[in-house]
Amino acid sequence: MSAIIHIDQLGKTYSSGHTALSDISLDIQEGEIFALLGPNGAGKTTLISIVCGIVNPGSGRVLVGGHDIVRDYRASRGLIGLVPQELVNDVFETVWATVSFSRGLFGKKPNPAYIEQLLKELSLWDKRDAKLIELSGGMKRRVMIAKALSHEPRVLFLDEPTAGVDVELRRDMWAMVRRLRERGVTVILTTHYIEEAEEMADRIGIIRKGELILVEDKAVLMQRLGRKELILHLKEPLSALPDSLVPFRLERIEEGHGLRYPFDSQDEDSGIPRLLTALAAAGIELRDLKSKESSLEDIFVSLLKEGV
Amino acid sequence: MNLYAIRAIYLFELARTWRTLLQSIATPVISTSLYFVVFGSAIGSSMAQVHGVSYGAFIVPGLIMLALLTESISNASFGIYMPRYAGTIYEVLSAPISPLEIVIGYVGAAATKSVILGVVILLTARLFVDFEIAHPVWMLAYLLLTAFTFSLFGFIVGLWADGWEKLQVVPALIVTPLTFLGGAFYSISMLPELWQTITLFNPVVYLISAFRWTFYGVADVNVALSFAMTGVFLVACLAVVSWMFRTGYRLKN
Ligand SMILES: Nc1ncnc2c1ncn2[C@@H]1O[C@H](COP(=O)(O)OP(=O)(O)OP(=O)(O)O)[C@@H](O)[C@H]1O
Ligand SMILES: [Mg+2]
Repeated sequence: MSAIIHIDQLGKTYSSGHTALSDISLDIQEGEIFALLGPNGAGKTTLISIVCGIVNPGSGRVLVGGHDIVRDYRASRGLIGLVPQELVNDVFETVWATVSFSRGLFGKKPNPAYIEQLLKELSLWDKRDAKLIELSGGMKRRVMIAKALSHEPRVLFLDEPTAGVDVELRRDMWAMVRRLRERGVTVILTTHYIEEAEEMADRIGIIRKGELILVEDKAVLMQRLGRKELILHLKEPLSALPDSLVPFRLERIEEGHGLRYPFDSQDEDSGIPRLLTALAAAGIELRDLKSKESSLEDIFVSLLKEGV
Repeated sequence: MNLYAIRAIYLFELARTWRTLLQSIATPVISTSLYFVVFGSAIGSSMAQVHGVSYGAFIVPGLIMLALLTESISNASFGIYMPRYAGTIYEVLSAPISPLEIVIGYVGAAATKSVILGVVILLTARLFVDFEIAHPVWMLAYLLLTAFTFSLFGFIVGLWADGWEKLQVVPALIVTPLTFLGGAFYSISMLPELWQTITLFNPVVYLISAFRWTFYGVADVNVALSFAMTGVFLVACLAVVSWMFRTGYRLKN
């Protein structure tokens, strides 16, 4: 796999003086689904807008398919389809006209058969002659996706595709992204919904205050996610661990009033029964016990709080 | 050249005209007819000939210019201001199109409308007064040149404007007065000497004078100078537009 998008030390300060991005370096591999997570105002839209040519880059360099986005903008932009965050439409146009317009704008020969297939896939075929002003919000969003895909891009940017979208459309959207991936399209999406990143992404990037603080394979993150721990509260505080408990990798917490036992929930053998037997044998009495799972959300929240 | 993109923008813009046909074509036709009823028939019948042309015929080129200038500017400025305002401009900015192609699409469509409008007014005028066109080829060439130049100027206005009022300001408060004072309804030789001199600073005088020359072969100011001034204005507008795109003025942050 080669990098379809190469971002090198990208920085952006708006004319207001606000630094929206600082020193972002990121490679997106061809064919992957990359989710960009981050709170409001983190710089997700700014990053996407620069790659797509809507916002001027500050410092640094961006290549799309090996083409510099400034010097070789024709080649780079031709590879990209964008569904922006805001729902904006030419309200008096018909669905068919606006999608065909987008294809023309990207320099592609008219292909009614392809547009037909696209509209059918997005459940818009029945609405092809409807004016955009007559459509519901969810339908309008589908139209924006159809516009972005109208010129058969190799890279698709979805800026918060499922904000304000009902469950059914969200499922449809996820299914569509998977189909695109099967065709080899690279998808970069931003979202506030962690479950969405979990559901779809191959890799996850977390951006905070214009800095990319983590880029990780979802599988690796899921491993952290799969880690659980058992917290044991003791009747009597323990000043040191008896030798019989050493193999369990226990950690004393709360000045010996508690013990933490990490285990892998995906493992067949959690070791918990053996631990409990060993504790009883050592004469340690329990007041209470609970198990805790660290979710992607926990990881996300703690990262945002502390940074890395 | 991304010809498909130019075509897409051009047709999109013209489609907007067909949707608003009444406003785009009928309104100027009606107002021109009113000018003829008032100036041509009612007042003109008691006016002497100007430069050997009947007054009704004399005002035809000026009326066409008046409509051409105001409509070119408002059509072209609206055409680019609207997507900026609605946010749909994102698509044009993200597409593999050069600034020149964007300009050809938008300005070409606005100029096309203006030329159609000019011809419609010409035909309407013919219903009211009798006239002949001395230099039809030059007439058409000048029509195209001014339509394109002022559509380009309108495009700049549409990029510059950051509110609906500003969009109205230029055609209503600058171009219309300059046209009225620029000899649309009189020959500047009818003015006192001091005013003649002052009037020469009004650029619209050169436009109307040259256009009238293509009809009747008479002009208030040198025809070559008029063509040259229009050309210079065109080049100036091109320079401004290219600067705007280079810096992303009002288009990109
Ligand atoms: N045109 C602009 N001029 C000045 N500052 C801007 C501009 N656009 C965005 N910003 C600022 O840049 C920062 C990043 O904005 P951006 O839209 O990229 O965030 P985001 O991560 O997409 O947020 P959200 O999740 O709310 O969409 C914000 O602080 C925002 O206020
Ligand atoms: Mg955003």
